[in-house]
Amino acid sequence: MTAPADMTPKKEAPAKKRLTRRELERRRLLLRSLGAGVAAVAAGLVGWFPVARHMFDRLRPPGALAEREFLAACIKCGQCVQVCPVEAIKLADGDEGFGMGVPYIDPRAQACDFSCDAVQCVLACPTGALSHLIARKEEVTMGLARLARPAQCLAVQGLGFKGLARGYDFEGLMRQEEIDRWTPIPLAAYPYDVEICDLCVRECPIEGAIRLEPMTNVEGDKRHVPVVASSCVGCGACEMVCPAEPAAIVIDPEVTRERAA
Amino acid sequence: MKWSLHKLAMMFGAEGRKAGPDEETQAARDMKVLKKTPEEAAKRKAIIAHELEYPLVRNKWKYRRWASIIIINLMFVVSYSWDVQLVEGSLSASRFLGFHMADPNAALQVMLAMREVMLNLLIGTVTVVLVWWLVGGRAFCSWACPYHLLAEWAEWIHLKLAERGWVKDHPFHRGMRVAIWIIFMGLAFFTGYTVFEYINPVGIVSRALIYGPTVALMWVIFLLGVEVFFSRRFWCRYVCPIGLTMGVAGTGAPLVVKYDLSKCVHEGECRAVCLVPHVLDITKMGYASDTTEYIAPDCTRCGLCIDACPQNALSFKVRGLDNII
Repeated sequence: MTAPADMTPKKEAPAKKRLTRRELERRRLLLRSLGAGVAAVAAGLVGWFPVARHMFDRLRPPGALAEREFLAACIKCGQCVQVCPVEAIKLADGDEGFGMGVPYIDPRAQACDFSCDAVQCVLACPTGALSHLIARKEEVTMGLARLARPAQCLAVQGLGFKGLARGYDFEGLMRQEEIDRWTPIPLAAYPYDVEICDLCVRECPIEGAIRLEPMTNVEGDKRHVPVVASSCVGCGACEMVCPAEPAAIVIDPEVTRERAA
Repeated sequence: MKWSLHKLAMMFGAEGRKAGPDEETQAARDMKVLKKTPEEAAKRKAIIAHELEYPLVRNKWKYRRWASIIIINLMFVVSYSWDVQLVEGSLSASRFLGFHMADPNAALQVMLAMREVMLNLLIGTVTVVLVWWLVGGRAFCSWACPYHLLAEWAEWIHLKLAERGWVKDHPFHRGMRVAIWIIFMGLAFFTGYTVFEYINPVGIVSRALIYGPTVALMWVIFLLGVEVFFSRRFWCRYVCPIGLTMGVAGTGAPLVVKYDLSKCVHEGECRAVCLVPHVLDITKMGYASDTTEYIAPDCTRCGLCIDACPQNALSFKVRGLDNII
């Protein structure tokens, strides 16, 4: 585009017509648009990575569809978060890919203790990602409790428990019916004093889902083991209340169990 | 009819153009001829000279709009943090006093991903579409969308930097938005994931406001950076599928911006402030099809052009109400 080049008549192949500034600008615009469009779609697909790699096996709220359908159906509005009386439900952050904005429960921090009586989160869900087929807590299948660290379990060691299950500064809430039928109270305001630690059994909101069995028939042997029945719904109350650190009993989320099966 | 279709086509990426001889009314033709006369041209020149000397600064609609965006989003925040249950949820789906509301764009993706029509979601979508149709679908963008407000501030910085020559606006083809809309809806259907929601800054900002800040906000900051340093209003103009969905939903809306050719001096102040300047191409000399005309459906009803026009050639109108009164 230098001046002498413009003045000397050049022989150019007709196919290689020089573009005007306007045409060049237009061509750049189209290329730029193509690039940006591809980039936007690619940015969206980045979200597939954590999901495909199963980087987060989350415990989903009561009534959640199978993981794949759940991610499809959830509109990420957080209405379930808003209705939960113990604020057990959280929304995932951007590192969870397509799971971003999707609700999960961290039972060790705050389990679902069904203090709402019915399943409020299910009723709040506008898309049915939390399936409306569920009406009672006994029908929930979020996961299954498992004695993951038997050596940590106080009952297995034959020990009792006295004091606050998770310390004075633990913020988790749990309903204690004999104190207040309607309002859950902090676990830190509810001291225990038991001869054999059976906190997981005491706080289980599902009748018969967990029981304590003696390990031997030998008289004087105080050792007991918590046994989880198939009626366990995976709410995580046992994991939250477990005084061992880390918890002896944990919840295997449904998504992990599905994959293992 | 052809002219209305052209206005609709602009939403899907068509360039603005002059009204053809068969699309003009006789009155418009006469007025254009009159405007070409030397006396009229001199008059316009005098008006423009006066305006340049005493520039008009008016922010009536801008501040009303900002108040609207802040109040709507604050309602969500307050409703949850004070537990007043006024509007539960976020902008992607909520219950307003118990009534279902759903972002039509997100709802469509969910239904495509699940390959099922959920009743509550459908009710919510229809409610939202009806409400926003009344005020012009894309009014959602400028009167409710929290990202729009952030982008408006980013745009202000961009314009300041551009004035000093430090940054340059790189426009994109508006057809890109249509392609992106189709691709993301296709992805929802074929992959079974609501892929767009992963990069949706509206959802991210709305949830961050209500449920507390997240790392995902980094994406929003990145987009705002692109808008400040590279391309003016990049997301809203060329990418956002929600804008397209709402635009289609608001086609033929009662509330419109009306253009009055007789008052216009073709100075271009309105196009300079507009988010979607192609809808204001009719304000170019000789482009209008009639002496008064409604702005194309891609308009977000933000009112910036109404504030900017010193001649009051643009105004909010309810379609057809003039004829009734």
